Amino acid sequence: MGILEVRNVNKSFGGLQALKDVNLSVRENSLHAIIGPNGAGKSTLLNVLVGKLIPDTGSVMFDGKSVLGRKPFEINQMGISRVFQTPEIFGDLTVLENVLIPCLAHRDGVFRMHAFEAVEREAEMIEMAEHILEDVNMADRRHAHAAALSRGDKRRLEMAMCLVQEPKLLLLDEPTAGMARANTNRTIDLLKEIHEKRAITMVIIEHDMHVVFSLAQRITVLARGTPLVEDTPENIKGNPKVREAYLGTAEV
Amino acid sequence: MLGLNRKDTIFFLIVIALTLLTPFLMQPFGESSPLAQFNGGYPDLMAKVAIFGIFAIGFNILFGLTGYLSFGHAAFLGVGSYAAVWMFKLLTLNVFPAVILAVIMSGLLALVIGWISLRRSGIYFSILTLAMAEMAYRLAYSVLTPITNGETGLQVRPTDPRILDGPGAADYPNLFGLELSRSWKLEIGDHLFTFNVGYYFCAAFAILAFYISLRIFRSPFGLMLRAVKANQQRMNYTGLNPKPYTLAAFVISGMYAGLAGGLMAAMDPLAGAERMQWTVGGEVVIMTILGGAGTLMGPVLGAGTIKYLENIFSKINENVLHQWFSFLPDGLENVVVWIVSRFTGEGWALALGLVFMLVVAFLPGGLVEGGRRIAGLWRRWRRGDGGDGGESGDEAAHRPPSTPHVAE
Repeated sequence: MGILEVRNVNKSFGGLQALKDVNLSVRENSLHAIIGPNGAGKSTLLNVLVGKLIPDTGSVMFDGKSVLGRKPFEINQMGISRVFQTPEIFGDLTVLENVLIPCLAHRDGVFRMHAFEAVEREAEMIEMAEHILEDVNMADRRHAHAAALSRGDKRRLEMAMCLVQEPKLLLLDEPTAGMARANTNRTIDLLKEIHEKRAITMVIIEHDMHVVFSLAQRITVLARGTPLVEDTPENIKGNPKVREAYLGTAEV
Repeated sequence: MLGLNRKDTIFFLIVIALTLLTPFLMQPFGESSPLAQFNGGYPDLMAKVAIFGIFAIGFNILFGLTGYLSFGHAAFLGVGSYAAVWMFKLLTLNVFPAVILAVIMSGLLALVIGWISLRRSGIYFSILTLAMAEMAYRLAYSVLTPITNGETGLQVRPTDPRILDGPGAADYPNLFGLELSRSWKLEIGDHLFTFNVGYYFCAAFAILAFYISLRIFRSPFGLMLRAVKANQQRMNYTGLNPKPYTLAAFVISGMYAGLAGGLMAAMDPLAGAERMQWTVGGEVVIMTILGGAGTLMGPVLGAGTIKYLENIFSKINENVLHQWFSFLPDGLENVVVWIVSRFTGEGWALALGLVFMLVVAFLPGGLVEGGRRIAGLWRRWRRGDGGDGGESGDEAAHRPPSTPHVAE
């Protein structure tokens, strides 16, 4: 039984069936990649996992509890964090404040009216935030305006914001999209390090085969809304069905 | 002190000092000086500045922090006034129960209107609040006439029960017997200063209102409100529910508006529906933006500027202008007076519109940003004197723009 269990999930938009009988089991502490050609339903699946979309049928269990019908913030409080394809950060705030917000959310829950405490007195939270900024090599930029960061820094900041909540499951939507090769390699190293150090289950949606094969322990291949095969990277590379559906057009 | 850090404590003390010294600060010219008409240090205007300052400070907690633009805050102002006058009529002309009920009633109304309006964001939220306020205004004139006394307005009458007031009680709003209309005058040479009970009563609430706003700005709650403005999507995926945060901000700002309405009734014990008109809600938007939305001092500056312009500019009639421009040749004098008079007297709103337009177009951060730019120029000019101006000026240009929220 995995930490994340997706059972017979179907989702259609009008006449288009985006997800067809999707079954997926992600083992605890594993690094699981979901790949597939454009329009395979990867993003739809991710949106179902975080509560943005509700599937027509099927069940999604996380840590023994159903996530269906819960709001995104409730699902996050259950221990699922998400990194977006284009970094979603608080652009108006400083880097440190960006990380403080998830710290406070982690401690205080979905809402707390702490109107008469002072942010600067939250020593424990600030320490936690600065610690995570050091982990992603951004401590020197903690007073910078988040909107002024480079795209790579924004992504690292978003990663820090997710990690500081100590999630059980981290969902990454194309974490290296639009990055130069050198930055991609740095992100791969960072993700590997995080995974080893923190024992977080990660699910990565990725286009770049280089990233997938250097990170993933298990790979699920989606094609036309349905899982084609789930296996180890070695077996996926040699699988003719996968080649035909997807890898035939990509460089491995 | 008071849970503030050193810098904020100093800032707060300066604000207190400025508030207490307003009767001096707004009265810079001697009585016989030709500029005496620019003096604003009379009780009615000073109290208005304090009251609208409170209104704008509260509005800024909603608009400045969360970015939700409400056009309906006049409704809370009106409800505050009605509640206060009812307290005067039923209980006592002592102002404390009136102000307390004003805050409670407007808070309750804000809870209802906020709960409905906050289902939408952006322009749809603004329109919903506008519609709600307009509804409240129409209701005050029609169905609710037994409570609001319709077009005549709600007034205190000698026949009112006022069950807490004894036979010898003051028949003007008072502070435990001390009438708010009472003033002391101080003459120093040519200068005349007025110290009015009502103004200091309003000023005390303004200081309290400012203090609470300062604490909210520096609190984790305030940080969350800024997060609402910055990125609601990220907030949702960070395990935070933006709804109760925005609703709390809405109710708090509604209570501020109610307090302002209650104080208005305390200064002048009558309440009419025109206080709920949407133009009043628009005025507070203009005040906040003019001063600098999202800054602590901005709304107060905006409120002060507008109320000052309204009261002083509207007094400059054509006779005064003819006196000013009498040195010009006759024909030219008439032309100049004609042009200037469009912007003064009854046309003062045109001058306000012009100022507002210039500020929005060239100083999006409002008067506070203007002040900061001038301070920056001055610093650069001083550094330039030191000889290494070019380099440090460059460095300043590369620094990312500081967020206006933390500004004072």
